[in-house]
Amino acid sequence: MARLANPTQFLKLSAALLPWCAAAAALGLGLGLYLALFVAPPDYQQGEAVRIMYVHVPSAWMASLVYAVMAAGSAVGLIWRHPLAHIAAEAAAPLGAGFTLICLVSGSLWGEPMWGTWWVWDARLTSVLVLFFLYLGFIALEHAFDDKSRGTRAAAILALVGVVNLPIIKFSVDWWNTLHQPASVFRLGGPTIAASMLWPLMVMAAGFLFFFAALLLIRMRSALMEARLRALAFGNPG
Amino acid sequence: MNGQAFLAMGGYARFVWPAYGVAAAVLLILAVWSLASYRRVKRDLAAREEKSPRKRKGPRGR
Amino acid sequence: MSQFVALVGRDLRLAFRQGGDWLNVAAFFALAVILFPLGVGPEPELLARISAGVLWVAALLAALLSLERLFQPDWEDGSLEALALMPLPLELQVLAKCLAHWLSTGLILTLAAPVLALVLHFDFAGMGALVLAMLLGTPVLSLIGSVGAALTLGARRGGVLLSLLVLPLYIPVLIFGVAASEAASLGFNPQPALLLLAAGLAAALALAPWAAAAALRLAME
Repeated sequence: MARLANPTQFLKLSAALLPWCAAAAALGLGLGLYLALFVAPPDYQQGEAVRIMYVHVPSAWMASLVYAVMAAGSAVGLIWRHPLAHIAAEAAAPLGAGFTLICLVSGSLWGEPMWGTWWVWDARLTSVLVLFFLYLGFIALEHAFDDKSRGTRAAAILALVGVVNLPIIKFSVDWWNTLHQPASVFRLGGPTIAASMLWPLMVMAAGFLFFFAALLLIRMRSALMEARLRALAFGNPG
Repeated sequence: MNGQAFLAMGGYARFVWPAYGVAAAVLLILAVWSLASYRRVKRDLAAREEKSPRKRKGPRGR
Repeated sequence: MSQFVALVGRDLRLAFRQGGDWLNVAAFFALAVILFPLGVGPEPELLARISAGVLWVAALLAALLSLERLFQPDWEDGSLEALALMPLPLELQVLAKCLAHWLSTGLILTLAAPVLALVLHFDFAGMGALVLAMLLGTPVLSLIGSVGAALTLGARRGGVLLSLLVLPLYIPVLIFGVAASEAASLGFNPQPALLLLAAGLAAALALAPWAAAAALRLAME
C-alpha cells in the first residue's frame, strides 16, 4: 500500500493496469450488451421491458460503490493526508454522478411501463436523487474556492456527511414497503433472481466496474500530471 | 426474434432503447472527456518538460 | 456549561437586536405562504390539500435564507477566530450557535405555522402533529444548515452553493414533516413519521456539530 503512495509508483502501476482494465471493460460491456439484448429471456410479467434492468441495476450498484470509494478517499485524505486519496475522490466524483444519472433515467423509463409513473417519492428513489445532488455538491464545492486545497477538503467533509445516505439507499426497500421492489441479488438468503437473468446482469456489472476502474486510473493520472504541470509552471514561469 | 421484433422490444421499444441510449451516451461522454483531458495534459506536460530541465527523478506530486 | 449558555445568549442578543433577523424570517415565511392562495386560487379544498406541503417548503426556504448569518458575520470580523480560542470545544460552540439559530428561526416558524395554517384551510385535526413535527424538524434544519454554512464560508457564489448543498439534505425532513402533518387529515397515524423525525434529530445532533466544526477549522486556516 505504501508503494502506491508515491506518485511515481502510482503512475507506473496505473500504466501497467490500464490496458487490462480497459480490455476487461470492453469485454464486459460488449458481452454484457449481447447477453442482455439477445440471450437473456423476456420476463414472464414484464416482457421485453425487463431488459432495462441490465442497465439500471449495474448503474445503481456503481452509483453507491463509487460514492463509497469517494468517501473512503475523502476520509483517508482528511485523516492521514495520503497524497493520492483526495485525487482518487475527485477523480471518482464525475463518474459516480454519471452512473447515478443513468440509474435515475433508466429507472424512470422502466417505471413508466411497469408502475405507470415516471417518478414517485418513495424512499429509494428519493435517496438516490439525494445521492445525485451530493455528487454535484461535491464537485461544486471542490471548485468553489480560490485555494484549491480548501475546496478539496471541504468537498471531502461533505462526502463524509453524505455517507449516511448509503445505508438508507441500501435498506430503504426493506424498511419501507412502498413501490421500488426489494433486494433480489445482494440479500442474506442469496439471490432470488433466475440464473438466466443473473449471469447477463453480473457480466454487465463487471463491465461497468472495469469501465469505472479504467476511467478512474486515467483521471488520476491526469490529476497527477496536472499537479506536476502546476509545480513546473510555478518554478519556471518562462 | 427477427429484426423487426427485436427493435420493437415487445412494444416497449420507446422505453428500452432510450434507456440503453442514455447509458451509452453518458458512458461515452465520460470516456471521451476523460481521455481528452488526459491527452491535453500529457501534451502540455511534455511541452513544459522540454523547456525546463528536470531537477529530480520523479514528479513532486502534491 | 456557563460558556455554552453565554454563547447562546450572545447570538440571541445579536439576532433579536434592533428587530433583527427573526422578523425577516417570520415575515418571509408569512409572505411565502400567503402567495399560494393568491397564486392557486382561494378554493378551500385545494388549499387544504396542499397546506402541509406549502407550510413545510416555506419553512425550509425561510430557514435556508437565515443560514448565511450563522457564521458569516463572525468570520468576516474575526470574532470566529477569537471564539475558537475559547476553552469551550468548537463542536459545542457550533451546537450553541445552532441552538441560538433555532430559537430565532425554527421556533419562530413553529409558532407561526398554526396561524398561517388557518390561512391555508389546514385541517385542524392535524394541528398537534404539525406543531410537533416542526418542533422536531426545524432544529434538524438548523443543524444540517450549520454544516452547509460552515463548508461554504468565503466560497464564490456561496449563497447558491449553500442551497445546492443543503436542500437535498433537507428533503427527508420535508417528506417526513409533511407526512406527519397530513396524517390526521388522511386518516393514518402520524407516529411513525414523528419517530423518524426524532431519529433524524438525534442523528443530526450527534453528527452535525462535528462536521461543522471540522469545516470551520478548515475555513479558519
